[in-house]
Amino acid sequence: MSVHKLHTSDKAESHSADGALLSLRGLGLAVPAGKEWRPLVEEVDLSIGRGEAVGLVGESGSGKSMTARTVLGLTPPGARVTGEIVFDGTPVTGADQRALRALRTRRIAMIFQDPRAHINPVRTIGDFLTEAMIANLEVPAPEAAARAVRLLADVGITDGERRMRQYPHELSGGLLQRVMIASVLAVEPDLVLADEPTTALDVTTQSEVMAILDELRRERGMAMLLITHDLELAAATCDRLAVMYAGRIVETQPATALTSTPRHPYTSGLMLSRPSIDAVVHRLPVIPGRPLAAFEADDGCAFAPRCAHAQGLCHEGRPPVQELDGARVACVRAGELTLQGES
Amino acid sequence: MTVFLLRRLAGLAVVLLVASFLVYGLLYLVPGGPMAFLLGNRSGTPEQIAAIRAQYHLDDPFLVRYATWLGDAVRGDFGSSLVYRQDVSALMSARAATTTFLVGYSTVLIVVVGVAAGTLAGLRRGRVDNVVSAVSSAFLATPTFVIGVVLVIVFALGLGWFPVFGPGEGFGGRLYHLTLPAITLSLGSAAFLARITRASVREELGREHVETARSRGLAESLVIRRHVLRNASIPVITVTGLTVASLIAGSVVVENVFALDGLGSLFVRAILQRDFAVVQAVVLVLVTAFVLVNLVVDLCYKALDPRMSR
Repeated sequence: MSVHKLHTSDKAESHSADGALLSLRGLGLAVPAGKEWRPLVEEVDLSIGRGEAVGLVGESGSGKSMTARTVLGLTPPGARVTGEIVFDGTPVTGADQRALRALRTRRIAMIFQDPRAHINPVRTIGDFLTEAMIANLEVPAPEAAARAVRLLADVGITDGERRMRQYPHELSGGLLQRVMIASVLAVEPDLVLADEPTTALDVTTQSEVMAILDELRRERGMAMLLITHDLELAAATCDRLAVMYAGRIVETQPATALTSTPRHPYTSGLMLSRPSIDAVVHRLPVIPGRPLAAFEADDGCAFAPRCAHAQGLCHEGRPPVQELDGARVACVRAGELTLQGES
Repeated sequence: MTVFLLRRLAGLAVVLLVASFLVYGLLYLVPGGPMAFLLGNRSGTPEQIAAIRAQYHLDDPFLVRYATWLGDAVRGDFGSSLVYRQDVSALMSARAATTTFLVGYSTVLIVVVGVAAGTLAGLRRGRVDNVVSAVSSAFLATPTFVIGVVLVIVFALGLGWFPVFGPGEGFGGRLYHLTLPAITLSLGSAAFLARITRASVREELGREHVETARSRGLAESLVIRRHVLRNASIPVITVTGLTVASLIAGSVVVENVFALDGLGSLFVRAILQRDFAVVQAVVLVLVTAFVLVNLVVDLCYKALDPRMSR
C-alpha cells in the first residue's frame, strides 16, 4: 500500500461534537415495502471535523452508501429519513430543495464508485468537468475549460486539452475516476463523500487514485467521508474509522487505535479475515454466516448470530453505544473482551 | 465521417442489388412461371405463346434478362404495365407524390405527438402518466381502418371540417386533404412511440450519471434536458426509423379508406391483377426507402452517441 497517513494525531484531536463540519445524530433511513417500513440505516451517530478524513467501513448492504447519500438528499423515492443531519451548524434534514441544491453546489461533493456509469457516456469529458462550474458557479465557459485542464493536470492527467474533447468510453477506468475527482475539486467543497472510489478499478490503479484523492483533499483542506469495504485502505487514509454492520455503526475509533485494539468482535473478525502478505495461511479465517441488512436483524445485537463471543444478554435488545477509552462501541461485552487486531 | 458515409452507401448498393435480384427472381419462382401471368386464364396458340415469349425476351437466359431489367430500372425505366398499358415509372411518379406527402405528414405527427406525450408521461408520474398510458393503449389496440372510418364519420361527414376523399392540389390543398388520412396513419404509431419514449425516459431518469448530475446540484430542468432527454432519444430514434419505414407499406389501408390513389393502393391492385412489372418496381422503391431511412437513423446515432462511431 503506497498510501500513508501523514498527520493523524492533530486531525483526530481537532474533532469535537460542536465544531464538527458534519454531524449525524440518530440518523435513520427506511424505505417503504408494502405497508411496512424497511429500515436500511438505523441510529447512526457520526461526526466529521473540518479537514478530517473519516472512514465508514462495512460489507455490502450494511447501509454505508445509503448513509452518505442521505446527507445529500439522494435517497430512494419515498424513503423516510429520521434523526438529524447538521452541516456546518445548519440542519439539513427537512431542508427545502433550494437549500439542498445550494449544499450540493458548493459545500458537499460526491465521488461515485463506478465512473463509467456515473459519467454521462454521450457527453465529452470537457462537458462533464465544466458543466457544474458554468451552471452553478457562473464561471464563463473559456475560464471553466482552462480551470478544468489545470485540474486534470492536478490529478495527473497531463494531456488535458486532448482529454477534454474525448468521450468517457475512450478513457480507462482509472483515468475516468481521476476525471471524477477533478470534477469534485472544481467546486472546492468543504466535504467530499467518496463512495468506494477505488472499488471499480483494478488493483494497480487503486492505490494511485486513492493517493491522488487523499493528497489533493489534504492540500485543499477538504474533509472526507470515505466509504469502503476495505478496512486496510480506510485505516491507511483516514483519521478515524467507523465500522457499520446491519445499518448501525458498531464501533468508532481513531484509525490506529481501531486497527491495534478493535473493541467490537465484528471489527476484529474483519481484520482477521483479510489476507496478509507477511503470513502464509492455508485457509483464511472467516466470519461464519452472511452479512445482514438492517431489516433482517432480529431484536438482539444484529451481529450476535455470527459472533463467537455472543452470550444470552446479546440476544436481548440492541446493545447501547458505550464509551471505552476513546472508542465508541455497541457491544455489551466490549469491556471484558480482549480482541485480536492487526497481526 | 466521409468514410462512414461511403461505406454505408456501398452497403446500400449491395442491399439494393440483392433485393432487386430477389424481386426479379420471384416472378420465376411462382408456379407456372411468367407465362402463366402473361396469359392469365387464356390458353394461347403456340404461335401466340412464341410471340409473347419473344416480346418479353423469355427465351433469353435468366441472368441476361435480369441484367437488362436492372439496367433499365437504374435509368428509371421499369418496363410497362401489363394492365394499364402504360410506363410503370409514369404510373408510379404521380402516386408516389401522394404517398410521400402522406408518410411525411404522418411522420411529423408521430414524432411530435409521440415524443411529447411519452416524455411528459416519463417525467411526471401520476395522472399525466396514467392518461397517456390509457390513451396510447386504446390507440394501439384499434385497427387503422376503424380509426379511419370513425374520423371520416365524425370530422368529415358529421362536422364537415375535412374532405372525405381525394389527395388535393398544391401544398395547402394536400395538407388539408391529407390531414385525416395522416392522423389515421399516425395514431397507432404515435401511441407506440409514446410508450417507447416513456420507458426510455424512465430508464434514463434512474441512471447513475443522472444521480451524479443531481448530486452536483444542477437544476432539475438542466438535468433533464442535458442528461435525460439526450440519452433517452437513442432508442426513440431507432423506433421512429422503423416506424417510418413501415408507414410506407402501411399506407395501403389508409389510402383505401380515403380513396387516395397512392403507391400502396397501386401495389395491392398490381398484386391482385398479377401486374408484375408494377409489383417489382414498387417493391424496389419500398426497399430503397427502407434502406435510406435506416441510413438516416444510423447517421442520427452517430450524432447522438459517440460510442456508435468506430
